[in-house]
Amino acid sequence: MDTQQQILHYVLRLGDNALISGHRLGEWCSNAPILEEDLALTNFALDYIGRAENLYQYAAKLENKGHDEDFFAYRRSERDFQNHLLTELPNNNFADTMARLWFLSLYEFYLYNELCSSHDETIAAIAQKSIKEIKYHLRHTKEWVLRLGDGTSESHYKMQKAINDYWMYTGELFEMDTIDHEMLNLGIGINPQNIYSLWLKDVKETLNEAQLQVPEDSYMQTGGKNGIHTEYLGFILADMQYLQRAYPDAKW
Amino acid sequence: MNADLDKQLNVFETKINEDINIEPRDWMPDDYRKHLIRQISQHAHSEVIGMQPEGNWISRAPSLRSKKILLAKIQDEGGHGLYLYSAAETLGISRDEMLHQLHEGKAKYSSIFNYPTLTWADIGAIGWLVDGAAIVNQVSLQKTSYGPYARAMVRICKEESFHQRQGYEIMTKMMQGTKDQQAMAQDAMNRWWWPSLMMFGPHDSDSPNTGNAMKWKIKRQSNDILRQKFIDKTVQQAHLIGLSIPDNKLKWNEDKKSYDHGEINWDEFIRVINGDGPCNKQRMKHHIKAHQEGEWVRKAAIAYQLKRKELINQ
Amino acid sequence: MTEEIKDTQWPLWEVFIQSNPGLPYKHAGSVHGSDKEIAMQNARDTYTRRNEGTSIWIVPSNSIVASNPSDSDMFFEPSNDKIYRHPTFYVMPEGALNI
Repeated sequence: MDTQQQILHYVLRLGDNALISGHRLGEWCSNAPILEEDLALTNFALDYIGRAENLYQYAAKLENKGHDEDFFAYRRSERDFQNHLLTELPNNNFADTMARLWFLSLYEFYLYNELCSSHDETIAAIAQKSIKEIKYHLRHTKEWVLRLGDGTSESHYKMQKAINDYWMYTGELFEMDTIDHEMLNLGIGINPQNIYSLWLKDVKETLNEAQLQVPEDSYMQTGGKNGIHTEYLGFILADMQYLQRAYPDAKW
Repeated sequence: MNADLDKQLNVFETKINEDINIEPRDWMPDDYRKHLIRQISQHAHSEVIGMQPEGNWISRAPSLRSKKILLAKIQDEGGHGLYLYSAAETLGISRDEMLHQLHEGKAKYSSIFNYPTLTWADIGAIGWLVDGAAIVNQVSLQKTSYGPYARAMVRICKEESFHQRQGYEIMTKMMQGTKDQQAMAQDAMNRWWWPSLMMFGPHDSDSPNTGNAMKWKIKRQSNDILRQKFIDKTVQQAHLIGLSIPDNKLKWNEDKKSYDHGEINWDEFIRVINGDGPCNKQRMKHHIKAHQEGEWVRKAAIAYQLKRKELINQ
Repeated sequence: MTEEIKDTQWPLWEVFIQSNPGLPYKHAGSVHGSDKEIAMQNARDTYTRRNEGTSIWIVPSNSIVASNPSDSDMFFEPSNDKIYRHPTFYVMPEGALNI
């Protein structure tokens, strides 16, 4: 894989994470606990899908095969997607979604903060736009972790369970493979291990404030970066890509 | 006492006659208040229930652009529901109570949302026809006599102007597309045209609530006038992109400078309003489920707030 | 205590938006929020979706004190004939500049 190819993969990973997160959040539409929260979750979905669109547009340019951004969302298969497993897990209840989104937003906060000074100008520009959105996602989700953790005994139980259930999907966020190494060397990408300690410190602080326990270290699931996904991704794609696959000649 | 009431009624009627808005703290006849609560809450419920048929296609929207647009549009509907609930709340009814009435079947919502969205073209048809019909009504309601309702309508009309365009754009693209797409678009047109005309309600001669509503200027134009406006502007748009209107009696009437149209199937209208539309049960079940599943979240937020208050008081 | 909480749509808040720095805050509408942080975020998500604002005020709806319509005679009509409060009431000599 040459450098150009590696940058492409790096951008696709960022794009895939944004797309799949946005897709999952879109599923909340008309299902939120209160109308105001319905609007908030849709805002987040829109932020994510907008980000995916920007990243895929750049991927199309890097790939240089005449594809557009939709190609990357709608015409690739399960094994081609390189998003983290955490993003594709089902929404389940509101605590589960908040746990997942909070873990992600905190990770993205540190990731995109550093990407703002990426040597790749396009990535830096996208990061500068995204970081503003991410800050708000982080604030919103953190406030909900606090409220659910320190609300009623039922909400406390559900929030703790969500934190415990998703914990084993957080390790993957900080994995480093050859592409990450290469991007780090070029000053394009970041060292995910460097942001792990920052992430963990914030997680512990907030969980503590929310009267929640930090889960014990356990086996961490892995695979997303190499296209080895949970069974859920296939269904997301079947849903999302249905029209583009069923009518390959149509423009929408 | 009676003299007092007469005086208040007089002030109220003078305001109505002079097109001065009635505001929440102004005296108003009980029936005016009741009529407004019924109409505004029904309008709010329609926006919120209307999120479902379109929400049905968010996960399957065929491009990133269309996915974003659809999400933003449905979000707007939710926002509009929120504005309208707030307007109704100024009349002394809580959102809890309005939701309760909806779930009990005591409050209605627009029957159009009891039809299913079967293909992507239905998303186009809803934006173009359903929102197109809604906006004709809403533009007229910007001049409604109750201040908070009128203000909500102004905001809603401003935001809704893109909705109809996005629907028409979907239809246009499909009509310029493959044979399958064209067939899909025409099929959606065939299914949504008549229910869209029904959105304006019964003929003026059969409309029991029109009298007072017009007198009090809650409603500014009659069902039939609004319906005619919608037909006249939509037919040209349909023909321009090659869609035909599923009404063989539709004909330009040079004398009245508008279209004559065939008779609406009022039996269907009444059947769907009374609960036997294709999706009535599904829509209510969905709304009640989301409401019930959200209960522990709403309670947790209040519990958290009470705990903070206790901490501060200690 | 917390287990006896009644399920509600949360308290109502009034939202005021400043569309640009320097301009007065204008009433935009209402939102429901369980506390001020949630109400503030809800106001942001509901009323600034189209770039409408640079700053938000929220206030619990039940904290608003409104004048009573029946007081409007004595509150507002006495100022009707005090036209000397308006600059156009005064006659300036022809040719006076910068006044």
